[in-house]
Amino acid sequence: MDGGSRRRSGTPRFRAGVPLPLLLPALGGLVFLVLPLVALLVRAPWRSLPDQLTSVAVWQALRLSLITATAATAVALVLGVPLAWLLARARFPGRRLVRALVTLPLVLPPVVGGVALLLALGRNGIVGRWLDSAFGITLPFTTMGVVIAEAFVAMPFLVISVEGTLRAADPRYEEAATTLGASRFTAFRRVTLPMVAPGVAAGAVLAWARALGEFGATITFAGNFPGRTQTMPLSVYLALQSDPAAAIALSLVLLAVSIAVLAGLRDRWMAAS
Amino acid sequence: MTTRSVSGSRLRARPRVRWAYRAVGGFALAAMALTACSSGDSDDSSQKSDSGSSSKKPSGTVTVFAAASLKESFTALGKTFEKEHPGTKVSFNFGGSDALAASITSGAPADVFAAASPKTMKTVTDAKAAKGTPATFVRNQLEIATLPGNPKKIATLKDLTRSGLKVALCAKEVPCGSAAQKALDASKLKLTPVSYEQDVKGALTKVQLKEVDASVVYKTDVKAAGGKVAGVEFPESKQAINDYPIALLKNAPNAEAATAFIDLVKSAQGQKVLGEAGFLKP
Repeated sequence: MDGGSRRRSGTPRFRAGVPLPLLLPALGGLVFLVLPLVALLVRAPWRSLPDQLTSVAVWQALRLSLITATAATAVALVLGVPLAWLLARARFPGRRLVRALVTLPLVLPPVVGGVALLLALGRNGIVGRWLDSAFGITLPFTTMGVVIAEAFVAMPFLVISVEGTLRAADPRYEEAATTLGASRFTAFRRVTLPMVAPGVAAGAVLAWARALGEFGATITFAGNFPGRTQTMPLSVYLALQSDPAAAIALSLVLLAVSIAVLAGLRDRWMAAS
Repeated sequence: MTTRSVSGSRLRARPRVRWAYRAVGGFALAAMALTACSSGDSDDSSQKSDSGSSSKKPSGTVTVFAAASLKESFTALGKTFEKEHPGTKVSFNFGGSDALAASITSGAPADVFAAASPKTMKTVTDAKAAKGTPATFVRNQLEIATLPGNPKKIATLKDLTRSGLKVALCAKEVPCGSAAQKALDASKLKLTPVSYEQDVKGALTKVQLKEVDASVVYKTDVKAAGGKVAGVEFPESKQAINDYPIALLKNAPNAEAATAFIDLVKSAQGQKVLGEAGFLKP
């Protein structure tokens, strides 16, 4: 990902004559990615859509999805930005290994993540057992559990994006700030953070979108209970078992919300600077 | 994104490009190897089934789509079948009945479908994807799965409604969930679980990991889990027994061997294996 590299102003224009060997596969790729979404629109039960969408269960699931995805993004920001800074700026032995571990949830099957979370934070998990006996806190099957599962899967997106931006940002500004008397933390807060803000925002949007779509870790770690842990992806999956039309309707809602947020924020944040 | 990087980074990009080439090459090789394998496989089976049809003896590969709860017993029966009919191979696809039915109606190449409920079989027969009428070959009864040694002293279905007890049920949309709901309704019990799991194995796993105190699953699942869970029978489960239908599929690539496999499942020998796994006779 070169996302964090310094950018020229404006977007590159099409050069005259795109070579055919590039154009054809590019169009093929576009069709491949867009076709399934088109199919969703074509097969949507438009007539019964109003009924499907006004049901309480749908709004409950959507509301829960939006709340938990936002909370998971907040968790990812609070923990992930410092982690990204550590990976980009600090020198310590085993940094490559740490970076590999941080990005692991990106490639790990989400269900495996869910199982791992259960073994760590479950009622019988290595940390969860202690949480339960000392504080009476059990995380699985709670809304907090959903947030944790989503944050686990989504945070690497933020860390990678912010780390890339930090690497591309010139550390000399921070050094200048410290030579002028600012503390390391003040320099981070007043110089580094504003400089990499677009990267942080882009990472947060990615993480939010990933959290919104999270399924495997959520159903494994937090279970599935309407109103408490049943997010949109879970209700889509279960609806598919008995009522495919409802599943398509729910998918449309999720698709619309995702597109709206990605499109709305992309222009404002991602193309900035 | 790369298009916007400054030209200076192009120098660095070189080795990365070479690495990418190598990766792509690796993928291509792997893909070629895979397709070579699979095409070899299918050639093999079609040839064998051709020779089989001339001699009227089952041969080649039989592809069986079966409910996840049949995994242990069908795997054993598959081995028996291969031994009885040298030159045959039974390949299984175990999963949720609904998901399997969906892949069959969308054209997955399968010979036999064994479902955990008549409802899921109906989606296949409605799509005219089955040959003949499906036959019920076993039935499955529910049981309460609880922690080994039953520390919470669960003896009846009503005990599950005790406060402070964490229970996982299957979602009402899947066969084990609708059966559990039927049993609860029959005994006029209201049970709020901590989770509605997406399939029976999910409900069982939550007990195995000790995240819940109990779940309602099939008798066969409790048996298959060995000593990791304890089973508690409850009389209300008689109100919600699931029939398992099996059918030969219309577009079966190897109909002869498939019929022979279905015969084995329905035979006394097959029923014995299934009975040992905890299934009931139809």
